[in-house]
Amino acid sequence: MGKMHITTNINGDETEFLCDADESLLDVLRDRLGLTGAKEGCGTGDCGACSVVVDGRAVCSCLMLGAEAQGREIETIEGVAHGEDLHPLQRKFLEHAALQCGICTPGILVTAKNLLERNPDPTETEIRYWLAGNLCRCTGYDKIVRAVQDAAAEMRGA
Amino acid sequence: MALDEFDSESRIFSAVGTRPVRPDGIDKVTGKAMFGADISAPGMLHGAILRSPHAHAVIKSIDTSAAEALSEVKAIVTRADFSDKVSRGNADVLENVMAGAKVLYDGHAVAAVAATSAHAAKKALKLIKVEYDVLPHVTDVDASMQDGAPIIRDDEIKVEGYSANVMSRSEFGHGDLDAGFAAADVVMEKSFKTAATHQGYIEPHACLGSLGADGRGELWCCTQGHFVARNICADLLGIDSTQLRVVASEIGGGFGGKTTVFIEPVALALSRKTNRPVKIVMPRDDVFRATGPTASSSIDVKIGMKNDGTITAGQAILRMQGGAFPGSPVDMAAMCAFAPYALENVQAVGYDVICNRPKQAAYRAPGSPMACFAVESVVDMLCNQLKLDPFEVRLKNGAKEGTKASYGPKWPRIGLLETVEAAKAHPMVKSALGPNQGRGVSCGFWFNHGGETSVTLSLSQDGTVALQVGTPDIGGSRASMCLMAAEELGIPYEKIRTTVVDTASLGYNDVSHGSRVTYASGLATIKAARDAKKKLCQRAAKIWCIDEEAVDWQDGQAIPAGQNAGGHDPLPFAKLCKSMGRTGGPISGHFEATPEGAGVSFATHVVDAEVDPETGATKILRYLVVQDAGKAIHPSYVEGQFQGGAAQGIGWALNEEYIYGEDGRLQNAGFLDYRIPVASDLPMIDTEIVEVPNPGHPYGVRGVGETSICPPLAAIANAVSNAAGVRLTELPMSPPRILKALDDA
Repeated sequence: MGKMHITTNINGDETEFLCDADESLLDVLRDRLGLTGAKEGCGTGDCGACSVVVDGRAVCSCLMLGAEAQGREIETIEGVAHGEDLHPLQRKFLEHAALQCGICTPGILVTAKNLLERNPDPTETEIRYWLAGNLCRCTGYDKIVRAVQDAAAEMRGA
Repeated sequence: MALDEFDSESRIFSAVGTRPVRPDGIDKVTGKAMFGADISAPGMLHGAILRSPHAHAVIKSIDTSAAEALSEVKAIVTRADFSDKVSRGNADVLENVMAGAKVLYDGHAVAAVAATSAHAAKKALKLIKVEYDVLPHVTDVDASMQDGAPIIRDDEIKVEGYSANVMSRSEFGHGDLDAGFAAADVVMEKSFKTAATHQGYIEPHACLGSLGADGRGELWCCTQGHFVARNICADLLGIDSTQLRVVASEIGGGFGGKTTVFIEPVALALSRKTNRPVKIVMPRDDVFRATGPTASSSIDVKIGMKNDGTITAGQAILRMQGGAFPGSPVDMAAMCAFAPYALENVQAVGYDVICNRPKQAAYRAPGSPMACFAVESVVDMLCNQLKLDPFEVRLKNGAKEGTKASYGPKWPRIGLLETVEAAKAHPMVKSALGPNQGRGVSCGFWFNHGGETSVTLSLSQDGTVALQVGTPDIGGSRASMCLMAAEELGIPYEKIRTTVVDTASLGYNDVSHGSRVTYASGLATIKAARDAKKKLCQRAAKIWCIDEEAVDWQDGQAIPAGQNAGGHDPLPFAKLCKSMGRTGGPISGHFEATPEGAGVSFATHVVDAEVDPETGATKILRYLVVQDAGKAIHPSYVEGQFQGGAAQGIGWALNEEYIYGEDGRLQNAGFLDYRIPVASDLPMIDTEIVEVPNPGHPYGVRGVGETSICPPLAAIANAVSNAAGVRLTELPMSPPRILKALDDA
């Protein structure tokens, strides 16, 4: 079967690619477009390491087909910083030591940014449930939750 | 033991103890960091591995013809493609990497394919026909020890009275148990079981290997030890170790599970057959079926106590299965079991058992958490029965400097009692408990390790430093290395770049395990910096035309010292670096050794838990970790180790378990059914760092990575048991198990 031609927007850039009909968006990002910031931890939507935002909604890119990206707007970890300026979440993750190995970090940052865009003042419980689909095995989540709280406070100007 | 390394209690640190941003931080928050699966090479093929669906079977034949007929398939390897002269020490590694005559567990590798795409490789696996002669299997440790159990390896009896699956017996202890138990007012005995759990790193094993017919090759992989990966791969492929250059990628979690090899030799064998680079990324279900996990255990503990809380004797019988290969961590479990206590009469016996399960790999303080769970549960039962305060009982019986440990050594300076005192004084302990809530306390112990270590520290003309280490950074160690080098040289943290260099660029280094990196690579970094400082002082002496003995190093500069040195202006680090080409050439500091003064580490954990009697579900309300770090180099990452170990312990205690069916197949090989803690399962985890210096390190550092997983199983079991009003003796304490215990009570 021939490949599909897809036109999409990734991190603000108009992007075209060819993919197989059964190829996941994650495989397209990583293997065809060289965007390896999204990670494959499970391939079954259980770990959240492949999280990206599609049309404003956080999804596991391993559960979405590359072909479904047609006409969408996709944001990956590579689009979170603006030039040399890190997003407040990225800065706070570094200040709070909210990562150890760092494999879950891209997915958690993308998902947390999506939360703060919807809810600028989340409670600790809201943060914990919003991130419940993003597994981290190193930190016990304590410093991650604190970093998100701190970034939210800074972004609110609190 | 080298216990004379410690500088001084009165040393004032400037860099050590601060919390700078880690040097690899920006790469990791922007997605730039390169992990195992993030690399590709021109002409690369994709490898995939065929695995046994049976727990135990003879391989009668493997027919690869249909798979080979696919145009996309470029090579297939089986056991015959590996060396037949593998050293004895690696024979089981090879057997695990690729099955020989028999498959020994569900998931055991049988053959592998290299194809032009991952999709084609997967398709080809389905075309390989393996004919099996299925044998009876056993997956439970107690069942495997019994006469009549299916025999997994050879039928020679190694331990009298047990099946041939019992590979060895070990025993530690001293004193007179009978006299000890006779002196007790209460003797408590209980049996416990713990399930096998997986390290659960989020990054699956991944590698890219390239090997030529001339035995020269390159390997990129996520590993805790690229030198060890190099040596094993070379042995399994029959090549010279130094002809294989191994680069350690960023590593997405290991916890002990990435201290050996699984897919790396397979990628190299496929590459050798095709003359093309081969990449293998393990699917998650393969990670569960064929890597990790830790041992499952069955343990009996008997402890005697006087009415005043004095422990008169302790005995533990531990049985652990570590998969189809000898080497479960039962010896270490037996050594750790009573480590927090000063006992006159103590015995711990361990049985190493094999089962039809994947070969266990190290998991954070291997063996200690299970032993600690059993012993500290019984101590808690005694505290309850005698109405004694759990902190007081531990203070009364706790090990301290001079105590003879149950496994032999006399403790040098240790910090157990300090952790108990700090936990007892913590505000959490004053919080009131409501209905269905309970508090649990446990101490825990881990040895910590030194290991073979080399470090090079190279100075640059602009006054900066390139620090080359050989221990993969599994939790922020590059930041700690930069801090220690900055401290020693008296230059800013930002002026140092620490790199985990490849195996062709540095002398041998053991893997990043045993909580050894901050201790051993840290000690080596300090010594290499001192070596460089000595050379800098020599250059200053040359410039000043005085004896090198008349030059001292202070606050980042060479200064004249002593009466005859003369009145020279100090020469700062940067200035000496700038002129080094004219004063004798490049300057590097080196250190190579096997440091043996790794200080043991103790911790005390306190947990408040609530059990829902309707559903059997447990909620962790509050959690406190107090641990002796010796000296915290980067306190944020020390706290992170405390919190991470506690979280893994919470998963182990409440949810995680390998579930095998009657057919010997793993039933829950995925994160949906093997449920590790998620953010909404946990509370904030309080930490308190105790610093009792390790006499074996210049700054007093003790390893901190592993001890944090030792007390949680027991602390949570004690909290849950106290909340439920019934003693839980089997892990995980999943809702069905808690409901059953409540029903049975």
